Amino acid sequence: MLTRRLVGAASAAVIAALALPAIATAQEKKTIRAVMHAPLRITDPIITTAYIIRNHGYMIYDTLFAMDEQQKIQPQMVEKYETSADKLTWTFTLRDGLKWHDGAPVTSDDAIASLTRWSKNDAMGQALAGATKEWKKIDDKTFQLVLKEPFGLVLDSIGKPSSNTPFIMPKRVAEAPANKAIAEHAPKDWHIGSGPFKFAIGEFQPGTKVVYEKNADYVPRKEKASWMAGGKVVKVDRVEWINVGDPQTTVNALIKGEIDYIEQPVHDLFPAIKKSPDIVLHDFNKMGLLGWMRINWLHPPFNNAKVRQAVLMAVNQEDYLAVLVGDPEYYKYCASFFTCGTTYESSAGAPDMKKPNVEKAKQLLKEGGYKGEEILILHPTDLKAITPYGPVTEQALKKIGMNVKLLAMDWASVVARRAKQDAPAQGGWHIFHTFWVGADLLNPVTNAGMNAKGPKGGFFGWPEDPDMEKMRADFIKETDPAKQKAIAEAITKRAFEQVMYVPIGQMQFPAAYRKSLSGVLDGPVPVFWNVEKK
Amino acid sequence: MGRFLALRLIATIPVMGVVAIVVFVLVRLDRGKAAAQLCGDICPPERLAEIMTRLGMDKPLWEQFGLWLLQLLQGDFGRSIQSQIPVLKLIGDRVEPTLSLAATTLLFSVLVAVPMGVVAAWQHGRWPDRLIMIFSVIGFSVPVFVLGYVLILAFPLSLGWLHVQGFQSIGAGLGGFLARITLPTLALSVIYIALVARITRTSMLEALSQDYIRTAYAKGAATRTVLIAHALRNAAVPIVSVIGIGLVLLIGGVVVTETVFNIPGIGRLTVDAILGSDYPIIQGVLLVFSVIYVLINLVIDVLYTLLDPRIRY
Repeated sequence: MLTRRLVGAASAAVIAALALPAIATAQEKKTIRAVMHAPLRITDPIITTAYIIRNHGYMIYDTLFAMDEQQKIQPQMVEKYETSADKLTWTFTLRDGLKWHDGAPVTSDDAIASLTRWSKNDAMGQALAGATKEWKKIDDKTFQLVLKEPFGLVLDSIGKPSSNTPFIMPKRVAEAPANKAIAEHAPKDWHIGSGPFKFAIGEFQPGTKVVYEKNADYVPRKEKASWMAGGKVVKVDRVEWINVGDPQTTVNALIKGEIDYIEQPVHDLFPAIKKSPDIVLHDFNKMGLLGWMRINWLHPPFNNAKVRQAVLMAVNQEDYLAVLVGDPEYYKYCASFFTCGTTYESSAGAPDMKKPNVEKAKQLLKEGGYKGEEILILHPTDLKAITPYGPVTEQALKKIGMNVKLLAMDWASVVARRAKQDAPAQGGWHIFHTFWVGADLLNPVTNAGMNAKGPKGGFFGWPEDPDMEKMRADFIKETDPAKQKAIAEAITKRAFEQVMYVPIGQMQFPAAYRKSLSGVLDGPVPVFWNVEKK
Repeated sequence: MGRFLALRLIATIPVMGVVAIVVFVLVRLDRGKAAAQLCGDICPPERLAEIMTRLGMDKPLWEQFGLWLLQLLQGDFGRSIQSQIPVLKLIGDRVEPTLSLAATTLLFSVLVAVPMGVVAAWQHGRWPDRLIMIFSVIGFSVPVFVLGYVLILAFPLSLGWLHVQGFQSIGAGLGGFLARITLPTLALSVIYIALVARITRTSMLEALSQDYIRTAYAKGAATRTVLIAHALRNAAVPIVSVIGIGLVLLIGGVVVTETVFNIPGIGRLTVDAILGSDYPIIQGVLLVFSVIYVLINLVIDVLYTLLDPRIRY
């Protein structure tokens, strides 16, 4: 009898205990639980271009300028700015109320140190640094950029929305060498920003969980939030980024209401998401992502432009898009090096990338002297957004008579191997695939694929083309938007002639979130200000 | 016994030495990966070289090993290359979910599997035995991730019971802990129940065929007494061995379960570290688990002497 009573009491206790989470949930702070596209481990948005670190940057840091939904650069931390008549001196004044998370005021010194470090790592920053005579402090809130030559992209540079975004950090943090992570340089202060959220460092579990708390001291701008610009009004107490390794589990957790937001659910699971009446799919980043096939210019046969052109002729974008995304609602043909739907979109000199021209490709191979060398394609098997590309390229190149080999490996190995300039047979490579967000491919400077400095300064693949570099320099110096556009078009034509890389289409990756969230902003980066939770 | 324990503990030192060398060499075979990951998308060769130097990767392998060993002897497992957080802290943060899952799985499995094995042996050749063996075959055959998804579909999604994913420390509330750990425990237990039940059945069958069992029945002992006090006790040594080895396999093999149910344990830490080429973490985890493996084997050896007084060291 006693045993039965004990069992009964224990069962009641367990049932009561299982009911506890629901009671506790009702009492807890307003928290958005989000699953982002990747786990956060490194926290320095200047040392690397990874998008998850950029997204983290937007949570805890702020920027001097930011891009709005008209793709115009608007002041953000800056109250006002003015330009001298010769456009060589730019004066910036910080707005009132800017404070670091430790309570200290944001000063000109902080801004100058941050921009100096950023300009050592970022392609646009390097271009700006090349034209800069000096950054000059006027007082604690005012500073100047003094140029030694005209530079048409000052605001586009320091207001660029994507990696590396010029986030403003405390001077003592930003003084870290450009190749040393801030956590290593300033172990006590690396998490301090002035942005709308504070980094809850005690709850940080790298690769697993990141917690942000509302920065009650943040003074938002008065303008309405628009993309990365405007008032960053935080309407929840906490945001938690939880890394869920499995895509199916992530969607199940969203359906069950255990999480509120998925930044990038896989397309295969859209039917399940669409069935749920409580979830909305929101294509917040209209610029999407663009796939690339990057060719190594350093070694035969691709050191010959005709062989590269043959590859360009062999490609059908639809094949890549269909295999990766599947639903045409979420992809589009884009034969442009600059994001389709943005200012510099152009197909000048592009072949029809919906219809491969196999015969012409074969002829170009012949003219290029292709002798049947084995083409090595780096094929990551652990990255869903890239894995399907390799076999598609393999088939396309085999069709035109190339001897192709896929080298299966993990993404970390691709990252290590693509940095090697050795001959393919000695540990190098011929082709790898990657993708960039549209916001990184807006113009010939931000688009790393247009860099033609060769083995000593270019993006992997190392194209070397003095003509291209001259046109990019002209683009940077040009201050007339119409002329800039004409130069961008000429660059596009040259890029297709030389095959800087092979564009393989534009894809949309909508976020999925519960209808209890409202106010989720459009933009090239997922952000959590302006978002309310019922 | 004291001498035995001391000798066994001393014997772990060369074992750990070999483990340390193997772990170090294996992890460093592709030294460039970690540096390339840190270098990012725009990575000129000179920057890659700078990072290699900063991480000490340009030094000869023996020198790197010496430095690492020196650190280890001072109790310093190093820091994560990516997050700069001490490796021991990262492991410490992840131990609780993994040990909790291993413990609940072990407890549940033993409580279910041992009686199942005893009943199967007792009812040898009859329908309970066949039923249990059918379950055992299915248990061995169904992959954990398939079972995990089926359980998620059946309970949280269809019935609204329990959680799909996540982990909550038992210290933060028993209810939250149970709501999250139940499904992964069930998913992970099935194969373990199948294993322990089969071993229990086999050991019990052997024990039940011995003369002393016939003697016990002849003396008029009740079936329950014969099965538990006489047969099971004598059949316990192989069962304990399997449970012990199974525990080690459980800790090492929870990766899939941790992924399906999003449990932030050691398994996921290891996979993340491998994907990110964060070799101080990989080395740290492997070393810690080698120590645990050695200690569990030691505990099993000691348990033998308690279960079978004939065993002496």
